[in-house]
Amino acid sequence: MALNYDQAVEKYEPTLGLEVHVELNTNSKMFCSCSTVFGAEPNTQTCPICLGMPGALPVVNAKAIESSILIGLALNCSIAPYSRFARKNYFYPDMPKNFQTSQYDEPICVDGYLDVEIETDEGPKTFRVDIERVHMEEDTGKSLHVGGATGRIHGAEYSLLDYNRAGIPLVEIVTRIVPGTGKYAPAVARAYVTELRDILRSLGVSDVKMEQGSLRCDANVSLAPIGSGKLGTRSETKNVNSLRSVERAVAGEIVRQANRLEAGERIVQETRHFLEESGETRPGRSKETAEDYRYFPEPDLVPVAPDAAWIEELRATLPEKPSTRRKRLQEAWGVSDNEMSSMVNAELLDTVEATIALGADPARARGWWLGEISRLANEKEVHPTELINAAQVAEVIALISSGELTDKLARGVVEGVIAGEGSPRDVIEKRGLKVVSDDGALMTAIEAAIAAQPDTAERVRGGNIPAAGALIGAVMKSTGGQADAAKVRELLLKHLGQG
Amino acid sequence: MAAISREEVAHLARLSRIEMTPDELDHLASEMQLILGAVARVQEVAAADIPPTSHALPMTNVFRPDVTKPSLSPEDALSGAPAREEDRFKVPQILGDAE
Amino acid sequence: MSMIHKTATEMAQALADKSITAVELTQQHLDRIAAVDGDIHAFLHVDSEGALAQASESDKHRAAGTARSALEGIPLALKDVLTQKGVPTTCGSKMLEGWRPPYDSTVVTKLKNAGVVILGKTNMDEFAMGSSTENSAYGPTHNPWALDRIPGGSGGGSAAALAAFEAPLAIGTDTGGSIRQPAAVTGTVGVKPTYGGVSRYGLVAFSSSLDQAGPCARTVLDTALLHEAIAGYDERDSTSINAPVPQVVAAAKRQDVKGMKIGVIKELMGDGFQKGVLDSFKQSLDLLQEQGAEIVEVSCPSFDYGIAAYYLIAPSEASSNLARFDSMRYGIRVGDDGKRGAEEVMSATREVGFGKEVKRRIILGTYALSSGYYDAYYGSAQKVRTLIKRDFEAAFGVADVLVSPSTPTTAFKIGERANDPLAMYLADITTIPVNMAGIGGMSLPSGLSADDGLPVGFQIMSPAMQDDRMYRVGGTLEAALNDKLGKPVWAQAPELAVK
Repeated sequence: MALNYDQAVEKYEPTLGLEVHVELNTNSKMFCSCSTVFGAEPNTQTCPICLGMPGALPVVNAKAIESSILIGLALNCSIAPYSRFARKNYFYPDMPKNFQTSQYDEPICVDGYLDVEIETDEGPKTFRVDIERVHMEEDTGKSLHVGGATGRIHGAEYSLLDYNRAGIPLVEIVTRIVPGTGKYAPAVARAYVTELRDILRSLGVSDVKMEQGSLRCDANVSLAPIGSGKLGTRSETKNVNSLRSVERAVAGEIVRQANRLEAGERIVQETRHFLEESGETRPGRSKETAEDYRYFPEPDLVPVAPDAAWIEELRATLPEKPSTRRKRLQEAWGVSDNEMSSMVNAELLDTVEATIALGADPARARGWWLGEISRLANEKEVHPTELINAAQVAEVIALISSGELTDKLARGVVEGVIAGEGSPRDVIEKRGLKVVSDDGALMTAIEAAIAAQPDTAERVRGGNIPAAGALIGAVMKSTGGQADAAKVRELLLKHLGQG
Repeated sequence: MAAISREEVAHLARLSRIEMTPDELDHLASEMQLILGAVARVQEVAAADIPPTSHALPMTNVFRPDVTKPSLSPEDALSGAPAREEDRFKVPQILGDAE
Repeated sequence: MSMIHKTATEMAQALADKSITAVELTQQHLDRIAAVDGDIHAFLHVDSEGALAQASESDKHRAAGTARSALEGIPLALKDVLTQKGVPTTCGSKMLEGWRPPYDSTVVTKLKNAGVVILGKTNMDEFAMGSSTENSAYGPTHNPWALDRIPGGSGGGSAAALAAFEAPLAIGTDTGGSIRQPAAVTGTVGVKPTYGGVSRYGLVAFSSSLDQAGPCARTVLDTALLHEAIAGYDERDSTSINAPVPQVVAAAKRQDVKGMKIGVIKELMGDGFQKGVLDSFKQSLDLLQEQGAEIVEVSCPSFDYGIAAYYLIAPSEASSNLARFDSMRYGIRVGDDGKRGAEEVMSATREVGFGKEVKRRIILGTYALSSGYYDAYYGSAQKVRTLIKRDFEAAFGVADVLVSPSTPTTAFKIGERANDPLAMYLADITTIPVNMAGIGGMSLPSGLSADDGLPVGFQIMSPAMQDDRMYRVGGTLEAALNDKLGKPVWAQAPELAVK
């Protein structure tokens, strides 16, 4: 009888390790001055250096060093007073030199940590993820496999190589093992990568788009029987392309390993690939022997020794931690944990903040983004910010606050902006959605309503205020919903001697 | 003196991606033995308290500004390619997985 | 009137006097190459068209009064390990047969900017690995002094071209003696500048922490002029020295060593040194003493370990530097029948593309870097390097320059050591320590050996970044020798049968 996840974590203790690769957003590559712009025609952003031509030499990109130090500082690391590049030697056609210029025993940042908070049965709990190292390296080219049954690597007839991506700066962030997460291992993994992503975004050092490959995660998982005090054999899962996949991959590995252990089989230390569709992992192509990278110090580059003054200068530019900012905003807005989580999970926190910064009423800003706009976005299966932007929403909210739009009219305006009819004012113009608040026009409609319902009017004159509702409704109907309801009520009651 | 077997040489040849003939492997095994015997003497003076030198002249912090410069044209980049398809390098099928 | 037997300085004067044009001078050298290179085989590629075009440009500059340097219009032979755009660059290997680089090395850029005329690419041991030029995939070069003898290596082609009057200037590269040892056995002058003094951008790497390009000529002054033309800081080489080029031309002209202390290294003139070589060396010491220098003896015990350390460090770096030759992006490709995968094609190509010595060193280097062996081999060799540096520092504390014979014997016969790698390696015993420490080294002729009438080389070593010192001593010794012998050593080379 196969174990499910809950059963697996009842018997086994998972240990987690995470390696994240970040593609930096520098203008030029790590060791040469080729552009790093995404999506260029093949081999139009290459040179003798990133093509690994005979005689070419690397020169380090200063911005990449800076970004790496910022990342280390943001992760509470010590910055190495002296660090070196090393060659990691192995053969693969997407690696022009057949060695990767990376760092080995002298990385630029060491010994940091990141605290992540997750929801547990006992309420929110903080886990400290220790970070072993942050180091610099370079990305590889891209290969296209041609022929074969599915166009995937196995069964291909030949491969085509584009080296535009070769040499783009990468930063690798490696955690120490994370014990004691128990059944929350998948959640901790996801929370770690999420928080890391948010920090990197706030530093402005990378686009951190997992779908585009500028943030890549490898998850290491091992299991041991609960209480055994031992560590199991770990597997490494690659090709994890979204936050959700991180969570699913870790959970999937826990289930797989638990079932193997139950069956008395041992866990093979191997690299596995995550399969999006099934949520399972499959083994990578097994290597005959573990690769011996024969690391040695890179003779073409000299050591990096950032001085204390420079480090402090960079430290002073660190932005507010995402978690600190979230707490600050929550307090300032006076919203509940749940509301806060909703905004964070929907990735709308920045947008809501921006909308409020443009003068919008905070409650309205949250309401619109999380409500109507999210609803429309879900229908279209896109992110809300792809439909409309903070400035446009702020404008709509301002019009509501000033009374020029009712909520109902505003929905029409938002719809129009999303449909591409222009700015909120353009839509109001084109669709004629303006609130009718001109007293004269309203009075005409009010008098017509009274004339059509004389008995109701009498009752209101007689002090039955609630009865006014039917008349107000009639006015709203006759103005196509564009009358300012509050104004109508005011004028109506006054007219009937009750205002 | 380290005895270096033919299997070890074959392993090294695999690591270096050189397809050697059995004869070559045999010759190399005995040559390696000779040469390693001669060079192993570096261990005699390599005391623990001596730091290694990897750069002749001590230099640090050589950087370049993050500025782009023109790349090679695809024509130039591919000028030496044994095989190409449009603007990509054409290579035999890659069987392994990327790192 | 044929000028090929003149010095570059004399040729420059003639060009300035307008008694000859650059085109005429170049043509004379091309004719000489056509006449004798069938026997010498110094050149792998003669670029007649390119050279004559450069010469023509030179004449235009001179006519317009805009001569670009002291070497405007002087012909030069370029070791085939430096990239020259559009011109075949083979590094003496089958692997790069037919390869035309898409970029110029910095050395070539500087030569072109100086108006020097590059006649062609010279023969060399494959990928600079060797001491005899017998490891060239294109056949050996023959020593103009005795055609059945080696011209030295790895830069035998450049040295032979000078000795055979095929060019007045040449560029070599020196990793363990590949400029100095050929200079010694051909009766010419060759200098390895301080490491970092000449840019390595475009110098196809053999051992990155040891490689250095350098000037070669028949006289010390000509060598100095070439040194100043090619040296200098290059931002494309991270190991480049960011300081002004030492004033070597002025030093070469100084002709004065009064009061200088000249240190003779005890460990570099013992067993295995040919009697004729030692005698010639001592005679030169006497000459220097007569000129007012003081001879002192120094001991550098770590030099006994120099060869061992070199033959660990150089092959290790080479095994990594040569990994890029995998048939994917440039160079030959073997075995691609559409059925074999990339790894097989790589391996088949490297088996055929690399010669015996190169494969031997790749295997040796791979071994020395392997996990489990790194500390004992590569790691220990790096420590010997530290000891060698310390010995030099101590020696330079008591002497201004250090001297030794450039190589233990005169030119040996072609084939004599080809099957004995260890015997071959011994040729570099005197030159290797200089590369290990990164200091400057020069070889100039000290006369002909009494036992076989072949040229003997005298090596002068100066502290890092003080290259001018070796030119000062070299220039003085050369003048004293010329006085004593009546004519320069290079002028005594046997007449070659002209076709």
